[in-house]
Amino acid sequence: MNIHEYQAKQLLAQYGVNVPYEIPAKSLTEVRPAAEKIAASGSAKVVVKSQIHAGGRGKGTFKSGFQGGVKVAGSVDEAVGFAGKMLGQTLVTKQTGADGRMVQTLLLAAGAKIKKEFYLAVLLNRETSRPLIMASTEGGMDIEEVAEKHPEKIFKETIDPAVGIMPYQARKISAALGLKGDLFNTGVKLITGVYNTWWECDASMVELNPMAVVELADGKETVMALDAKISLDDNALYRHKNILEMRDLNEEAALEIEASKFNLNYIKLDGSIACLVNGAGLAMATMDIIQHFGGNPANFLDVGGGASKEQVTAAFKIILSDPHVKGILVNIFGGIMDCNVIATGIVAAVKETGLKLPLVVRLEGNNVAAGKKTLAESGVAIITGDSMADAAQKVVKAVGK
Amino acid sequence: MSILVTTNTKVLVQGITGSFGAKHAQLSIDYGTQIVAGVTPGKGGQFFEHGGKKVPIFDTVADAVKQTGATASAVFVPPPFAADAILEGADAGLDLVVAITEGIPVRDMVRVKRALQGNTKTRLIGPNCPGIVTPGEGKDSHGGCRIGIAPGYIHKKGNIGVVSRSGTLTYEAVWQLTSRGVGQSTCVGIGGDPVNGTSHLDVIKLFNADPETTGLIMIGEIGGSAEEEAAEWIKKNCKKPVAGFIAGATAPPGRRMGHAGAIVSGGKGTAAAKIAAFKDAGIGIAVTPSEMADTLLKMM
Repeated sequence: MNIHEYQAKQLLAQYGVNVPYEIPAKSLTEVRPAAEKIAASGSAKVVVKSQIHAGGRGKGTFKSGFQGGVKVAGSVDEAVGFAGKMLGQTLVTKQTGADGRMVQTLLLAAGAKIKKEFYLAVLLNRETSRPLIMASTEGGMDIEEVAEKHPEKIFKETIDPAVGIMPYQARKISAALGLKGDLFNTGVKLITGVYNTWWECDASMVELNPMAVVELADGKETVMALDAKISLDDNALYRHKNILEMRDLNEEAALEIEASKFNLNYIKLDGSIACLVNGAGLAMATMDIIQHFGGNPANFLDVGGGASKEQVTAAFKIILSDPHVKGILVNIFGGIMDCNVIATGIVAAVKETGLKLPLVVRLEGNNVAAGKKTLAESGVAIITGDSMADAAQKVVKAVGK
Repeated sequence: MSILVTTNTKVLVQGITGSFGAKHAQLSIDYGTQIVAGVTPGKGGQFFEHGGKKVPIFDTVADAVKQTGATASAVFVPPPFAADAILEGADAGLDLVVAITEGIPVRDMVRVKRALQGNTKTRLIGPNCPGIVTPGEGKDSHGGCRIGIAPGYIHKKGNIGVVSRSGTLTYEAVWQLTSRGVGQSTCVGIGGDPVNGTSHLDVIKLFNADPETTGLIMIGEIGGSAEEEAAEWIKKNCKKPVAGFIAGATAPPGRRMGHAGAIVSGGKGTAAAKIAAFKDAGIGIAVTPSEMADTLLKMM
């Protein structure tokens, strides 16, 4: 699960990470008092930031033509003006795709005079199965590009999960970033807080880009998280009720939300051939084989080990609500499940949904002969495939017609 | 021979009274696996009865091991309690703990992996895996050792080793082999999570050292770099033919494809990179999942 920048900063602040003075606003009536509070705090500027689960906001464009999902206002009135052009509008960035995302929350923040920008992230290093802190002096940039062109500018520190982050490790990172004096110590506190947020919240990634040295209104310098992104381990959300409440369904595809209600693992793609498969690996492989034979998969859909009639029916309904779908490939390896039970479920689902699109079914496994017989005698138009390759070729051909 | 387990391995089931654990304990008993004990805290002294067999239930793994001599376990306990169950199995001195449970938080597995570091006695397979099968000699490979949730009857005793992160793709490969009359020494599902106990490479090394395994199928998927590590080792050390398949070439970056570990992030863990590593190592590439067995058989 992903959360918004303002929510990420709320979590970080709980673990002692320095964040700018900022207030989220969900409507224009909330914007003015928030901007006034920020101006009253002594900040000459008010930053207005669109809150969507995608990067590249600053360089994004609203479908209205308004440029920039992040704006710096010189006055409260200007901030309110910007907000009016952003709230309720659809922002397209390099990460949103052409559809963009509707901005439903703004974050109003005190302006900061940035002296130096850094990159800081905590993630799982899958090679060592340990947490890894990555830091770079090249902040505010695409870190993948830095990693490619200047790998020497990325500092890495592995954390032993048995002891957690030790102060010396945070000091090493603070030093690697070139922080000195009071800023060095502030950096140590921030780095420690960012790691603890990652660990305590069961995050899969915490990323500050940038973390920055900023000059405050009183002329003093400090280190803070100017932007923050947190993604969380879905499997651990059961023990974080406070974080679960941060889920924003507006940021998730409607069909994927619907699928999750039936324990279906569905991811929408851009193609025209829908697939319904049991098992994640087989579902990926089914998408691949559709493409291999010249088709384009419309989705990833794993119905899990069971593939009950209810699930198959729900899956068909979800698949059919995607208007791009021109054909369906069902690929089931019924290891434990009786293929005949699955076949009966498919036939019932076809009848219930009144399916008109070409449907290719490939069944394999337990009691497969009876399953194929059920399909053949069902009276519904089902094309059967003998192998995955055969089924994929048949569905590509059927859709191509 | 086989790797990890033989047809005589004594197996206990952690979580044998839950619906999932019970169902698969029954199927393993039907398959002829030596299920000698169950563990459910608070139900010690009771019995798990199936097919005329009475399997004693214990409160702790330590008790079960002491009383029955079990050396391997299948973990079916729900995610919040799975890390505890795995480490309890290690503490009891089991040789093998196979964690079937899907949905264990990564942080729990990071701690488990750290706790098992340096433990040369207990090997963990999984979590989020179909388990392990060493086929038996009976009809439909009856009499084999089945720890987990794989369908037993699709196997056939023989000489091919199969290792995979995905359950259904393992069954697919096994079934392709069996349908062609080719048997398996052992089939290992290492699981779809980002932190797992045993890697592709660990299993490949075991197969390479097993005199009766004559060829291997390695099935990988997007995410991480475990396939690349295995390929590098195979290139230098493996004398046996290996066929490989990688799932997820069409997966969009940044999305988790069902398995928690199946994600391309920051341009890393792509199918293209893994396939390139396989090719470089001389691993036969199954272009589609329908060709896994044929690709290997052509090499042998």
